[in-house]
Amino acid sequence: MSDSIKMTYTVSDTDFTRAGEASSDVKKRLRQMGCDPEVIRKVAIAMYEGEINMVIHANGGEIEVEITPEDITMVLKDKGPGIPDIEKAMQAGYSTAPENVRALGFGAGMGLPNMKKYSDEMNIETTVGVGTTVTMKVHQ
Amino acid sequence: MLKVSELLKMDCFTVKNLPEGGGDREIGSIYCCDLLSIAMSKMTEAAAWVTVMSNLNTLAVASLSDVACVVLAEGVAVEEAMLQKAVQQEITVLWTELPIFDAALKIQKAFEA
Repeated sequence: MSDSIKMTYTVSDTDFTRAGEASSDVKKRLRQMGCDPEVIRKVAIAMYEGEINMVIHANGGEIEVEITPEDITMVLKDKGPGIPDIEKAMQAGYSTAPENVRALGFGAGMGLPNMKKYSDEMNIETTVGVGTTVTMKVHQ
Repeated sequence: MLKVSELLKMDCFTVKNLPEGGGDREIGSIYCCDLLSIAMSKMTEAAAWVTVMSNLNTLAVASLSDVACVVLAEGVAVEEAMLQKAVQQEITVLWTELPIFDAALKIQKAFEA
């Protein structure tokens, strides 16, 4: 892997059935590049949780992924409601997911905690009423 | 090591989808949980994942976690769209009337045999 590779994915608004397509595609590419399986696993989990969050809370958004020999950077941008209390949102088990989402097996309050756990660096920029940008980096 | 094909021989499991080479996958562990975020963060590769959560997201998690097979328990309904996705993503899906614990126990006993 010499050059950096950039990809952009659109996460659709409320279509749960398509959530996971972006992370699945990134996983496939990393595999083809011969990445360490643990790195792939971390990227796949962090990104899928991010995708799901965008569908549940933000009417979708956009994900930019950059792969370099040093790391994988994922930037998840949405124009959703923003996160009023990041500290609370980061607590494992805290969830604001609606009932219909819980019925699908989500809403355990593990989304952001899993994203933090599986990325080596994570930064959240959020403004209530404007949107949220989550940047995650996984080192190769 | 226990292969998925051993489970196929057991009366209690019905095959819903079996991709090429699916039976040859070795089962590394047995995992039970219906909450997808927890399953995804805890499941190890090549798990036999026993759950009642029967939807497309189950398959997304199964694919990302690279499970050996999904075992849908308690006789849950399996929608056509889910089966199509399982075919497309090449995920082995088994189905059983058994409750989660009993299904997992059957697999565990096969492991020990």
